[in-house]
Amino acid sequence: MRPPREHYREVVRRTPFHSRTTRANELNLWHRWRDYTVADAYFDVTLEYTALRNACAVFDISPMTKHRIEGPDALSFLNRLVTRDVARIGPGRVGYCVWCDDGGQVIDDGTLFHLQPGSYRLCSQERQLDWLTRSALGFNVSIREETEEVAALALQGPTSCTVLRALGLDGIETLAPFAMRTYALAGAELLVSRTGYTGDLGYELWTAPAQAEALWDRLFQAGEAYGIRPMGTHALEMARIEAGYIQAGVDFLPADRAVRVDRTRSPFELDLGWLVDFSKPNFTGRRALLDEQRRGSRYRLVRLDVEGNKPAKDAYVYDDRRNVIGAVTSALWSPMAKSSIALASVRMPWGRPTDELWAEIYYQKELKWNRLNARCRVVKGAFYEPARRRLTPPPAW
Amino acid sequence: MTEARPTVVIGAGHNGLVAAAYLARAGRRVVVVEAAGHVGGAAVTREFAPHFRVSAVAHLTHLLDPVIVRELALERHGLAFARESLRTVALNPDGEAVVLDQRAVVAGPVAEPDRAAYAEFMVRMRRFAAVLGRQHRRVPPRLAWERWTDALPAAAVGLDLRRLGREELREFLRIVTMAIYDVADEAFESPILKGAVSLDAVLGTRLGARSGNSVFTYLHRLSGAAWGLGGPSLPRGGVGSVTDALAAASRLAGAEIRLASPVEAVLVRSGRAAGVRLAGGEVIEAAAVLSSADPHTTLLGLVGARHLEAEFAQRIHHLRATGTAAKLHLALRAPPAFRGVAAEHAGERLLISPSATYADEAFNPAKYRQWSEHPVLEITVPTMHDATLAPPGQHVLSAVVQYAPYDIAGGWDAARAPFEARLLALLEQYAPGIGGQVIAAQLLTPADIARDYRIAGGHWHHAELAIDQALMLRPVPGAARYATPIDGLYLCGAGSHPGGGLIGAAGRNAARVALGEEP
Amino acid sequence: MNRFDAIVVGGGHNGLTSAAFLARAGLRVVVLERNPYIGGATVSRELHPGWVYSNCSYVCSLLRPEIYRSLELGRHGLQIVPYGGGVTFTRDGDVLGGYVDKEVRRREIARYSARDADAYLRYGRDVMRQCRLVRSLLMRTPPDPTSWRPRDLREMLHVGREFARLGEAGIYDTIRFYTMSIADYLGEYFESDVVKANFAGSGIIGTALGVQSPGTAYVLLHHYMGDVDGQAGAWGFARGGMGAVSRALAAAVQAHGGEVRSDAPVARIRTRAGRVVGVALENGDELDAPVVLSALDPKRTFLGLFDAGDLDPRLVKRARDFKIRGSSGKLNIALDGLPSFPALGPKHPLLAGDMHFLDSLERFERAYDDWKRGTWSQDPYLDLLMPTMTDPTMAPPGKHFMSVFVQYVPHRLAGREWTDADRDAFRRTVFAQISRYSPDFEKLVVHAEVRTPQELEAEVGLTEGNIFHGELTFDQLLFNRPFPGFAQYRGPFRGMYLCGSGTHPGGGVMAAPGANAAREVLRDLRRGSTVPEGWSDD
Repeated sequence: MRPPREHYREVVRRTPFHSRTTRANELNLWHRWRDYTVADAYFDVTLEYTALRNACAVFDISPMTKHRIEGPDALSFLNRLVTRDVARIGPGRVGYCVWCDDGGQVIDDGTLFHLQPGSYRLCSQERQLDWLTRSALGFNVSIREETEEVAALALQGPTSCTVLRALGLDGIETLAPFAMRTYALAGAELLVSRTGYTGDLGYELWTAPAQAEALWDRLFQAGEAYGIRPMGTHALEMARIEAGYIQAGVDFLPADRAVRVDRTRSPFELDLGWLVDFSKPNFTGRRALLDEQRRGSRYRLVRLDVEGNKPAKDAYVYDDRRNVIGAVTSALWSPMAKSSIALASVRMPWGRPTDELWAEIYYQKELKWNRLNARCRVVKGAFYEPARRRLTPPPAW
Repeated sequence: MTEARPTVVIGAGHNGLVAAAYLARAGRRVVVVEAAGHVGGAAVTREFAPHFRVSAVAHLTHLLDPVIVRELALERHGLAFARESLRTVALNPDGEAVVLDQRAVVAGPVAEPDRAAYAEFMVRMRRFAAVLGRQHRRVPPRLAWERWTDALPAAAVGLDLRRLGREELREFLRIVTMAIYDVADEAFESPILKGAVSLDAVLGTRLGARSGNSVFTYLHRLSGAAWGLGGPSLPRGGVGSVTDALAAASRLAGAEIRLASPVEAVLVRSGRAAGVRLAGGEVIEAAAVLSSADPHTTLLGLVGARHLEAEFAQRIHHLRATGTAAKLHLALRAPPAFRGVAAEHAGERLLISPSATYADEAFNPAKYRQWSEHPVLEITVPTMHDATLAPPGQHVLSAVVQYAPYDIAGGWDAARAPFEARLLALLEQYAPGIGGQVIAAQLLTPADIARDYRIAGGHWHHAELAIDQALMLRPVPGAARYATPIDGLYLCGAGSHPGGGLIGAAGRNAARVALGEEP
Repeated sequence: MNRFDAIVVGGGHNGLTSAAFLARAGLRVVVLERNPYIGGATVSRELHPGWVYSNCSYVCSLLRPEIYRSLELGRHGLQIVPYGGGVTFTRDGDVLGGYVDKEVRRREIARYSARDADAYLRYGRDVMRQCRLVRSLLMRTPPDPTSWRPRDLREMLHVGREFARLGEAGIYDTIRFYTMSIADYLGEYFESDVVKANFAGSGIIGTALGVQSPGTAYVLLHHYMGDVDGQAGAWGFARGGMGAVSRALAAAVQAHGGEVRSDAPVARIRTRAGRVVGVALENGDELDAPVVLSALDPKRTFLGLFDAGDLDPRLVKRARDFKIRGSSGKLNIALDGLPSFPALGPKHPLLAGDMHFLDSLERFERAYDDWKRGTWSQDPYLDLLMPTMTDPTMAPPGKHFMSVFVQYVPHRLAGREWTDADRDAFRRTVFAQISRYSPDFEKLVVHAEVRTPQELEAEVGLTEGNIFHGELTFDQLLFNRPFPGFAQYRGPFRGMYLCGSGTHPGGGVMAAPGANAAREVLRDLRRGSTVPEGWSDD
């Protein structure tokens, strides 16, 4: 039997937390995240962001695409799929991965959860069922999209560990980054992973949709004394850029969606070369990436510290002779770094630490447009990375 | 003392043996591993009934590369022809048959304008086919270039085309993707001429006469014109004598042929073909592996998709290779007497395809995985020229029968008997009394061919020979130049350019690539 | 006054487009139309009081926006209204809806196959790659690949560059795309037969080929390469019926001083000493002009407007051999109310889109087998639309106009002419298929016009009733359209041009052939071009 056909009447769906996010959304600001409607902001973007860096904030990640990969060949299948060595991600661990097409161009990035031996969950921005299924030729695996079957919240910020302790998750402080653990919460199963998209101390909580509202309520109850607030996509966007994280469709074009074949990027070109493991016998894109390593990349992703206080959104990037060498893909004013920061894709060989680069910024004040050429400094690593992100147990807030 | 690792050739069919011979002649240590207990692959002569032997799958040679024959001295190794350049007899259900060769109408009820048109048509088709034929010995060109020298192979093809002259080039570019039905319709009036031409276009393909691209397959069939070949020939002793000669030539050059040694896997280490594992577990470490097995079997079976990258594996997965041609063998007490065929033409190649429409309608059931109620047949009676195949005075009839799709609905176990009965009834119609002369009959369906000759899909060409699977697209982009994404693994079978049909060029080209003689 | 700078034979959308651009260049132009109404197959007619039928072409997507803008068709009254989606009804009472919202569409495909729902994006990407390639060629004259002339070499280089932009794998995939069947092509993306059937129609519309015939993947592109306001592949209605397109074009001709005459059938093109000198009308009038463009199909043009003796026999043979097969018919139906489609339910958004009733590739292929046998498909492919769901101008309030495109329908029935009884049996076949999905449909029919290829030929002048002026197969595309050596709009006489859909880039209400032909005329006259260049797509 096919699923019911009346789904068209609800064009945009509600996440399992919708009753709670609606109540919390004082601004009534929403946007569409593919199938679902999610909050842009709940009460004030800056205050939501501040809650994240100062206390803790909750973000509804239920619309994130989730695939379950199981079967005797799950490991070998995943090892052929992604560029890193999946054998090193033991049961109970999470790994950040990218996967490429045969041309070595990045299709998407995501987090791979090794739930139990032979069973994995892959979380990604884009739907991947077509690519995963096609990649599975010759492997004994089952692949199923389970996005709708899992409700998930990200709880991020310095007090997040404490809040989870207050929720009754004993021993949560011993959970290391990229590890996960299952808890029973009011008789239901709750999976907690120490992962996130903010570059801060934080956790992601995974449960059945039926438990979603109860989880939200208990979490906010437990967090009340620790400054817990809901957070919308705008605040999250600030945090992820500060952390230097890339986003599919923003900082790179997924290779399997690219109509123009020259618009894609390889892992090396996204500063993800550390995820490429050539010691593995085979993975999709290996030959092309080996070739790229030999011949050199075309582009480089750089993190830029832009002089002045104007966000370099959509700016062209120039070399010191005023030649366009690239463009900014993500940018904002960073409250933590107190500087204008940007992610940009530039042509090789530019983007070396010593290169003098310029961003051409257009901005508008009271309807007057101004153009500004701002000097940029290439920054290594994240713009903001608190020590608590990596410490186990995390320090008291 | 360890000897240098051998180059392993998988399969002792004609292409595998050609590759082995060239590799051995170049000084490589060569081991050919063959699953069957004899050489030949699908080019073999087998006893199908006591004392009756027949060319089991392929039954004629019309494209065998004369350079290979010469370079490997096949005639010294026993290759001889019982009859060269057979004529074509287009059987006529209503009377006298039409006799053709590759240049003219020889006899039969064809009006004068059509005779002239046929001669003109064949001059043009052979000219076009020669352009294709000239590509047989070349590694297909790439169409994207980094240096100007990369463009030379493509330019060479372009030059071959330009040399046709402006009007002929225009005509070539117009018709090459067309349906044979339409081109024949433009050229002739006579249904029987159109039918004969149509059959040659669709034989061994999953196309009907009205399918686009069937002109291309027709030109492929004629492509021996590049070498002056004039038509199909009957090797003495059946086509097995071709592969026997090739085996002898290979052995003489130093190749070792191991029979009854089915390969279970091609071993891949760090993206390189390191050897093969035989059934039973024996491992042969190899410097390089050339596979004359079909691309599905080689890459998805012996290598395994996990050793390939995902998109490449998908390309192989989608390679169309569903055979539609069956083979009928009859052991006959007496020479068959086809109606309307003069005695002097009884030993020629006989066609049942009385019109282009007939040839097209024969195809219709195959689209729905059913066999043709009114099939097309290419019939030879090799014993008319070659007494070695049957007891004195008795005969062998060998017919290619279309359409009999590999993936027949309900399975061939159920379909075999009614289809065979239908074929005999049809033959009875064209050769009254033939049923009473039958001593034994054998029907090889594509499913039988797939099983007995280890060809996935039972397709004679290992993969459909359509434009989208030809030249730089054959078998798939990424493996069209014999080398595969697995270093040290080469394809050398009919699934590679220029395809099947007992040419031998795939084996020769692949050997040259493996030897580094081609870029 | 019967002297002109240029005469256009045929007042369809391409003839009018050519005339408009020539008039804009200052030429004294006349368009001669045989029928009492202009538009050719781009026409609206009130064949039942109160109802306006788009009785030939019925939807609009391919019309080049460059031409629309350049001829100010909006100012001349044209308005294209996009319509929403499409639907395939299945025999088990379900539907596969092509919803406008892409997530809803994805969920809908996922009802049949979750994997296909995701593969749809890859399919869209790959088809869009092909669209980009072909669009870059639409507003250009095809180069002659056998020529060494600088212009041809330059254009070949353009084509080569567009190819190179696809990347190496993309080049190979393009060759495959142009030579594959739509069934095989869809098989590389989808597993569900219903999903494949849903997309297969575009591969065969107007074409005498089956879904398994090599070459049909390209035909699909011919239905995807258009757009409505940048929405690639979208289709719309011309408000007021397709005649609105012709009316706007005619207004553009007149605005630039050109003349459009209806009821003016041309008997032949007059030539003298290797060049054209004008035309002769059927009533004996002679019009003089050094330039004559024929918007008729190549067969009509060369076999109808010239004496065979005046032409090179090889050209006559080319024209005779030109593949212009009638494969489709049309029912235009006035309805007393809105028929119900129980599988959709009332007020369903997809009632405004096109409806299809073949839910498997096998049904498509068998429909083609009927045509090959010389009969109309017993289980035909219908492209059914009710423009009145979107455009209120075409029927009285509360009433509806239904346009039913039917395939396959042969030009002749197993070698004989259609009779009235055949036409009625054909109508019943179509009605039966519709009624199966809309039980009250037949009760609501007030009037139905049945058009077989024979009517299309007799009324509109489409030889054999072929809607594209010739099959869209590679042997009749690009430099092969209509014939090798005649693909650059010039005919065999000086001053004679072809400007109809039988020339590159082919049929559909695109107007590009007319525009390209006008550009070539102006080039030969050494006048500045008034024809816009194609909008490049980066």
